[in-house]
Amino acid sequence: MSFGDALIYSLLGMCVVFFALVLLMCIIKVMTAVGDRAATRSVPAPAGVAAGGIPAPDTSAPVVPLAMTAKLAPGAAGQLKLYDTDPRTAAMLMAIVADDLQVPLNELRFLSIREIKEENER
Amino acid sequence: MSILETLGRLGQTSGFYLLFADWRQIVMIALACVLLYLGLVKKFEPLLLIGIAFGMLLTNLPGSKMYHPELWDAYIAGEITLTHIIHDGGLLDILYIGVKSGLYPSLIFMGVGAMTDFGPLLANPKSLLLGAAAQLGIFAAFLMAIGLFGFAPNVAASIGIIGGADGPTAIWLTSKLAPDYLAPIAIAAYSYMALIPLIQPPVMKLLTTKEEREIKMEQLRPVSKKQKILFPIIVTIFVCLLLPSVAPLLGCLMLGNLFKECGLTDHLSDTAQNALMNIVTIFISTSVGATAVYYRFLTPQTLFIIVLGLIAFEFATMGGLLLGKLMCKLSGGKINPLIGSAGVSAVPMAARVSQTVGAKANPSNFLLMHAMGPNVAGVIGSAVAAGFLLAMFGG
Repeated sequence: MSFGDALIYSLLGMCVVFFALVLLMCIIKVMTAVGDRAATRSVPAPAGVAAGGIPAPDTSAPVVPLAMTAKLAPGAAGQLKLYDTDPRTAAMLMAIVADDLQVPLNELRFLSIREIKEENER
Repeated sequence: MSILETLGRLGQTSGFYLLFADWRQIVMIALACVLLYLGLVKKFEPLLLIGIAFGMLLTNLPGSKMYHPELWDAYIAGEITLTHIIHDGGLLDILYIGVKSGLYPSLIFMGVGAMTDFGPLLANPKSLLLGAAAQLGIFAAFLMAIGLFGFAPNVAASIGIIGGADGPTAIWLTSKLAPDYLAPIAIAAYSYMALIPLIQPPVMKLLTTKEEREIKMEQLRPVSKKQKILFPIIVTIFVCLLLPSVAPLLGCLMLGNLFKECGLTDHLSDTAQNALMNIVTIFISTSVGATAVYYRFLTPQTLFIIVLGLIAFEFATMGGLLLGKLMCKLSGGKINPLIGSAGVSAVPMAARVSQTVGAKANPSNFLLMHAMGPNVAGVIGSAVAAGFLLAMFGG
């Protein structure tokens, strides 16, 4: 085989690899979009009790302007948002959840922690 | 017959007498001992290197007759069948049937699939591009093997696959395209995989700036269980339809992953990633080592393969890094190019190297999960590249 032929085979090979993986990338993106849309549609109407028997937050309460009160937790790489919760309480809550679930804390992802105020506290 | 004659004949049939019939046997025994030292003491891929080195030792002990390359030559030429090999062959010949048929690499891939979490890849599908770019090493080595060293295309393809940094894929392809070169290629692939923490960092530092290495990436989005279950099924359908020749490897990889993700076959997943994997590792390592027969291994070609293997690894690392740099530029500095080098497969070693180099530049940098995406994409990419090479040069 000449060097020129080998070069053509090499370029063709790279193209095939890229084509296959780009195809997979597109499939994953479509799969994600379909999954997200299905998840959005299946969001249940506000209920008193959430799945797993955990009482859902009282949605009838006046909406607190969360974005206004949220602040980033220290050391959380800017991802975990705390609403009316001090870092010490947040750390304790995360440890309790990890212990209850029997999952290492570093395998859990907390998006936000918010204090749910009772009616008489407002 | 006198006692002296009997003793003389006994002496002539002993291994010690036969050992000095060809000095290359002694060299191979010494080489096997060096590899055993590297596996046992230096802990270079010990799970495989110890078996390979021991297989090499057994096959080069004169008179042991555990492996017969001439039987396999006759089998490849179509002069005999597997029945003859089972009847006339030694223990390692029988074990080698699993390599020749592609059984062991496929079963190892099933175990790898059962141990792999495709979550980081699903969370960031762009990782697949990095996994594809890192296959540059395969084709660069293929090109050099033909252009610089004059190897035949099928041998060059087998040498190139070392750049995939994936042992089972290298063994699978080489056993089909160039079985005579199986031992040096497998040894080169596993040795360089073990040496990735030494091979990659200099290239990573050379091709990236300190600012690029310091880039912190955003946390990956969560991936649903449904997506993780659907992924192996969809990949199998699409990739195997695109390249049917890769079906044994990719199919087993995805079956193993489905066992893991579906949550209904925990026992099968456990067996695939532990008991089955361990059994197959014993068989594959000893039988691959057995192919390193002295008169086939001690040739200049073996040295060329070792050199080309290193070049393949370096080019693979460069390919991933360069695309990583491009993606970094296009994303406005949101992607750390170091994760590109993890596209060379070698799960999870290459991802760990990305993490280590990134953390050296910025101690608060955690790239491991981001690098796992290109890392598992590299496994798929190298399997696709192997399928392409088999389709082109498999006769």
